[in-house]
Amino acid sequence: MSQPLDDIPIFPRLPARFLRVAPLAPVALALNRLARRVARSHPSMFRRMGPHAHARFEIDPTDLPFVIVIEPRGGAPLVALSRQPKPCDARIAGPLAALLGMVHGAYDGDALFFSRDLTVEGDTSAVLALRNAIDAAELDLGAELAEALGPASGLVRRLTEFGERRTGVALSRHEEIETW
Amino acid sequence: MEIVCPAGTPAALRAAVKAGAHTVYCGFADETNARNFPGLNFDRDEMRDSIAFAHDHGAKVLIAINTYPRAGDEALWHRAVADAAKCRADAVILADIGLLAFAHQNFPELRRHLSVQAAAANADIINFYGRTFGVKRVVLPRVLTVPEIAAINAETEVETEVFVFGGLCVMAEGRCSLSSYATGKSPNMNGVCSPASHVEYHEQGGQLDARLGGYTIHRVGKGEPAPYPTLCKGCFTAGSKTGHLFEDPVSLNAEALMPQLQKAGVTALKIEGRQRSVSYVSQVVRNFRAAVDALDAGRAMPEGMLVRLSEGQANTTGAYRKTWR
Ligand code: SF4
Repeated sequence: MSQPLDDIPIFPRLPARFLRVAPLAPVALALNRLARRVARSHPSMFRRMGPHAHARFEIDPTDLPFVIVIEPRGGAPLVALSRQPKPCDARIAGPLAALLGMVHGAYDGDALFFSRDLTVEGDTSAVLALRNAIDAAELDLGAELAEALGPASGLVRRLTEFGERRTGVALSRHEEIETW
Repeated sequence: MEIVCPAGTPAALRAAVKAGAHTVYCGFADETNARNFPGLNFDRDEMRDSIAFAHDHGAKVLIAINTYPRAGDEALWHRAVADAAKCRADAVILADIGLLAFAHQNFPELRRHLSVQAAAANADIINFYGRTFGVKRVVLPRVLTVPEIAAINAETEVETEVFVFGGLCVMAEGRCSLSSYATGKSPNMNGVCSPASHVEYHEQGGQLDARLGGYTIHRVGKGEPAPYPTLCKGCFTAGSKTGHLFEDPVSLNAEALMPQLQKAGVTALKIEGRQRSVSYVSQVVRNFRAAVDALDAGRAMPEGMLVRLSEGQANTTGAYRKTWR
């Protein structure tokens, strides 16, 4: 039997149930703004993806009642949320905490794949390109969000830290401590 | 002993250096290196900056140019060697005899290591590479026992580097045609074994099928660990029997053999995994740096924690201890 990685936290059932009926448009709007911001601060991420920067990805947080469709469009990204699966070139599925942990360098993508915490379908090259480009970009979505919110950034940072402590989910990137 | 650590991206290189790598190896983003995966590797500017970063932190960088040049396209490989020298790489890791001759003639100051892809597995051939092309170090293929490594070291001045952790390539390196057979692309010529462009996964009812070049090469049940989609780790059914034909999906971990490898005269320990993430690189490098430091100081080696990062979530000491003999 595979060993799950470090007991990846699962999104709590009650709020997930609420998300089944909550309007998705405001979340999609916020995600689009965040994606555009990330694209501006990390243009090399799209270069690294090469031709796959024009693929269409379905990111499926398996503990949430919707999927996130991302089109990097060579650096002008578009994000959509859908309660139904959408035709895409590739699909990456796993608990939200695993997906965020991978973005923030808390988990290794291959290890999540070996342990079956992560599922990949469709164009495997596109998935690898996306995974490697994100890893190389050392994204910090928590910090990006805080900076995007200007005067409220201090509050967002504190909320992120609190959220991380309470849930064990990597909502931001933690700098490597130099050992040697 | 020196630890030689993988980096598929500048971020992974920085992570390896911060985690204590003495040396990092990496490659250009093209067919000249044996990890030519989508989204991976370094362009020329990234290589130059990353080498400067490593040097500032007291670490060395080796550039793997370890595939075999294609007839008519040698210029791509020649340019890679020239650019490695320009980027101030500490050494290049080469496999092809023609490319070794090119580097020896045109860049004599650039240190040359022999890639595992050359499959040099005895002292005679290693000494030949040393004499003829000025090779200073050889990466030994993963087919030798510890006493065989000691026997080689007793007969050569060329330094030896051995794999200590990571994915296992079970064939004598550089001589495997499995990937070519299924996909038309090989690790030796194109820098990819089982290229992602030919891999498909299908999951249904918790059962995961992996296909390579249209062939189903393994099927794992719900909750079973998934292996890499390489043909050598494939699980096949013939008649009434189902099993792994070449090799179980396990990963090499020779950490416990480090004292014996040191006694056998090994100079450097290599960690596989340029295709892996920053997170993997940090964890594995930190672990091995602590282990070599403990070994050098005569302390007990720390208990390793790496099994969950391994393919098949299982480890083996591979050929170093041939328990099947
Ligand atoms: S198929 Fe297996 S043995 Fe052959 S090159 Fe690939 S990893 Fe190595």
